[in-house]
Amino acid sequence: MQRTEKQEFTTSRGTRFMGISLLLGIPTLLIFSFLLSPADDNMDDAVRLIYVHVPMAIFAYVAIITTGIGSVFYLWKKSRWWDTVAHASAEIGLILCGLVLVTGSIWGRPTWNTWWEWGDVRLVTTLVLFLMILGYLALRQVPANPDLRAKRASVVGIIAAVNIPIVNRSVEWWENNTLHQKSSLTDGKLENLTLFTLFLGFIVVGISFLWLMTHRFRVGWLATEIEADGITGVIQERLNEGNSGGENPNYQQKDEVQ
Amino acid sequence: MFRDAWLVTKKDLLIELRSRILINQIAPYTLLILVLFGFALDADTETLRDTGPGLFWVSTLLVAILAIQRSVDVETSDSAIDRLMLSGISPTSIYVGKTIGLYLQLIVLEALLFTVMVVLFDMSVVDYPLVIVSAVVTTLAISSSGTLYGVIASGLGVRETLLPVLFLPVLAPAVIGATRAFGDAFGRVNADGWAWLGLLSVIAIVYTLVGMLTYGNIIEDT
Repeated sequence: MQRTEKQEFTTSRGTRFMGISLLLGIPTLLIFSFLLSPADDNMDDAVRLIYVHVPMAIFAYVAIITTGIGSVFYLWKKSRWWDTVAHASAEIGLILCGLVLVTGSIWGRPTWNTWWEWGDVRLVTTLVLFLMILGYLALRQVPANPDLRAKRASVVGIIAAVNIPIVNRSVEWWENNTLHQKSSLTDGKLENLTLFTLFLGFIVVGISFLWLMTHRFRVGWLATEIEADGITGVIQERLNEGNSGGENPNYQQKDEVQ
Repeated sequence: MFRDAWLVTKKDLLIELRSRILINQIAPYTLLILVLFGFALDADTETLRDTGPGLFWVSTLLVAILAIQRSVDVETSDSAIDRLMLSGISPTSIYVGKTIGLYLQLIVLEALLFTVMVVLFDMSVVDYPLVIVSAVVTTLAISSSGTLYGVIASGLGVRETLLPVLFLPVLAPAVIGATRAFGDAFGRVNADGWAWLGLLSVIAIVYTLVGMLTYGNIIEDT
C-alpha cells in the first residue's frame, strides 16, 4: 500500500527539459556536422566523425570517473545513493566506450587504412577499459547480498577509474607507439566552424549523458526500494508468523499437498 | 606491518610446500600450456621465437588464475580467514603478506616457464637485465591485483568464471608492456623495452596501493 505514495516513474521537469533540448540539439548537430562544417584537408569527410567521437570519449571518461567517485563514497559513507550513482554511471560509460570504439574504427579505416591497430596504445587501452566495465557490470549481476555485492563492485569501480589516466595520457607517454594524433583542440589547429561544431557535439553528448544518467539512476533507485520493500515484507511476514504462534498458511498448504 | 605480512607469507608458502600443489599440479599445467601453444601455432621455430614473449605472459596469466584461486581457497576453506582476522593482524598486512606469497610462487613458475621456453623455442636472450626487471615488475602487478580480485570473486558461487572476467582485463595493459619488453630483450621486436617499464611500474604501484587501501573492506565479508 505504501508504494502508491512513492514516485514510481523516472521523468521530471528537468528530464523533460533535457529531452526537448536533445530533440532540438541532435538535428542541429547533424546539420552542422554534415552540411555546414568544411571537410578536412587531410582527413576529408572522415573528420565529421570527431564531432561525436571526441565528446563521447570524454564523457565515457566522465562516466567512469563518476563510477569511481561513487564507489569511493559508497565505501566511505555506505550510502545506497552513491552505489546507485556508480552503477548507473558504469552502464552509460559502457555504452559510450563501445560507441567510441565503433566510431574510432569507422574513422580509422579511411584515415589509417585499418579498422583496428593493435600497436595503438590508446585504442587498446580503451578496449581494456570497456572490458573492465563489462566485468564490473558482470559482478553487479551476481545474485548475492546487495551490500556485499556493492562493496566488491566499488573496488572494481575504483580500479576502472584509476585506469583512466593510463588511457588518456598514453599518447603522450608512448608517442612512438601510437597512430593517434595529439589533441587538435589544445593544439589550436581547428577552424572556427569546425571548433563550433565540436563544442556543439560536446553540449549534445553532455545533455544526453545527463538525461540517461538521471533516468538510469532513478530506475536503479526504484529497484533498490523494491528490493528493500521485499526484504521488509519477508521480515514482516516472519514477525506475523511469530505473533500468530508459528502458523504459516503457505507451509500448511505444502503439508496438505504432501 | 611488514613483520605480520611476512608471517602470512610464510604461512602460505609453508602450506604450499606441504601440499605440493604448486609443484605437482600447477607447474605441469604451465609446461602443458607452452607445449600446446607449440602444437597450435606451428612447428616452425621462427614463428615460435617471434610469438614466444607473448606466449610467456599469456601462459603466466593463465597459471596465475590457478595460483590466485589456490591462494583464496587456503583462506576461505574452514573459515581460516576468520581466525586470521581474530589474530589481530591488520587487513593491510594480510593483503601484503598474501601478495608476497603469490609473488614468490609466480616467480618460481615464471623461472620454470622461461627455462623451458628458451629450450623448446630455441630462443636467445640479448638483454638479461631487461628480462629480470620486467619480470619482477610485471609479476608484482599480477600478484597485487590477483590477491585483490581473488577475494572480490570469492564466496559468490561464481568465482571460477567471474575471476578471469574481472582479472584479465585489468592485467591486459601489463601484458602489452611486458610482451614488448620481453620482445626487446629477446631481440624479436624493434621497441625500446626499457621505456615500457614505466607503464609496468605505474600499474604495479597503483594496484598495490588500491589493494592496500580496499582489501579490509572486502575481506570482512568473505
